[in-house]
Amino acid sequence: MFTAACTIPVDIPPFRLSGVVYGALLNQRGALDEIAALAGNPPYGALPRAPVLQIKPRNTLAGPGAVVQIPPGVTDLEIGANLGLVIGRPACRVGADEALDFVAGYLIVNDIGIAHDSFHRPAIRLKARDGFCPLGPAVVARSAIPDPDALRIRTYADGVLVQDWNTADLVRSTSRLLADVTEFMTLAPGDILAVGAARPSPRARAGQRVEITIDGVGTLSSSFAAAPS
Amino acid sequence: MRRARVAYSGAIHAAAPADPGDLRLEDGRVVPETAVVWLPPVEPGTIIALGLNYAKHAKELALGAQEEPLVFLKGPGTLLGHRGATRRPSGVAFMHYECELAVVIGRPAKNAARGDAMKHVAGYCVANDYAVRDYLENWYRPNLRVKNRDGATVLGPWFVDAADVADPADLGLRTYVNGELTQQGNTRDLIFDVPHLIEYLSSFMTLAPGDVILTGTPEGVVNVNPGDEIACEIDGLGRLVNTIVDDAAFGR
Repeated sequence: MFTAACTIPVDIPPFRLSGVVYGALLNQRGALDEIAALAGNPPYGALPRAPVLQIKPRNTLAGPGAVVQIPPGVTDLEIGANLGLVIGRPACRVGADEALDFVAGYLIVNDIGIAHDSFHRPAIRLKARDGFCPLGPAVVARSAIPDPDALRIRTYADGVLVQDWNTADLVRSTSRLLADVTEFMTLAPGDILAVGAARPSPRARAGQRVEITIDGVGTLSSSFAAAPS
Repeated sequence: MRRARVAYSGAIHAAAPADPGDLRLEDGRVVPETAVVWLPPVEPGTIIALGLNYAKHAKELALGAQEEPLVFLKGPGTLLGHRGATRRPSGVAFMHYECELAVVIGRPAKNAARGDAMKHVAGYCVANDYAVRDYLENWYRPNLRVKNRDGATVLGPWFVDAADVADPADLGLRTYVNGELTQQGNTRDLIFDVPHLIEYLSSFMTLAPGDVILTGTPEGVVNVNPGDEIACEIDGLGRLVNTIVDDAAFGR
């Protein structure tokens, strides 16, 4: 009756995208350090055991060069530079040792959000806003990336380096994450799983241009503007 | 009008009610309801779900009232049709159903005002939004391991046109486990009603045709076990039946 349309510009054969984007949160050493200080207190109680995941719904998806609108009353937005895994075949209960066989390719996912101090509830109003998930610049074949767990990720704001990390700093590696996620939810061809961003997050203000570069994957540019109030 | 999507004799069909117990496929064939595989009646875009949206249910879970709707999202892999089987993982202590009114968006909604919100609704379904409470953790809670499991969001049997639902704010909901009534509520007790939810959600995310809002469940959630038959009913929308199976049924 209804078919979910996927109209993002990076949906180019042979790497078709389903338009479904999952993302890991709090999956990087800096993020873990940040929440370790909170974990003993209410409402958290302990560090997370299972992967902490989110969904970036279809209204958030945007292509390279898109303009991200900063809502009225918000000074700046958090930039979440992620490596995105594009799933190549149905992935259900995959083992970590075979997990990368289920990956067709890679792209950059910018998980944008309004900064928040509480990690207790899903941050849909803060992270699922229109245009808050630029993707691109294109899907790079898995064969072009020898080791997804050793990729340098750099973020520039107006040409100035504002974050520089490496996927070696992920808490769950790409293959471990795929294994733990597909234990309870099957990923379909064309689905994207973003592996997590580094914290603290760099910010972008209206008028700025942000570029995320991942070695071998490319550069994803976005610009930021104040939303009309 | 009521519409279903079913698999029958090697193809997927639109179907409508015929004589009791029968379905009429769009190609004219009339077949027994039990001869088809029921699929979710819509292929949703974004699946939005509400937690703690009935006051007594929030109290049941020992949680206070919220200032803002508790919203989470689901992926398409969690959907299941009428008469499907949902796996209960071995070793868990508390897995429960959640009978919910599902609202299907029919027209794009951006910054919809409350007074206009219902114009964006195409129709309704019954949903059963299972949760495995053992897996709750307090980071972005409830997380996907609790609420986005394969086959744990049951939708159907019918998509019912909005025009056929006189008052979506006065619909009784009931759940039966093996025929015994265990959950009862009415959409009049929603903390954030359907127009409020559309206004709230569309204030920051554009809703598109095919997006679905699962509006939350009333009090009366109980543990379910392999072999249990769960039936969720909503006035005027139908009766959504589902069976719980164990790991062995999935070769685990």
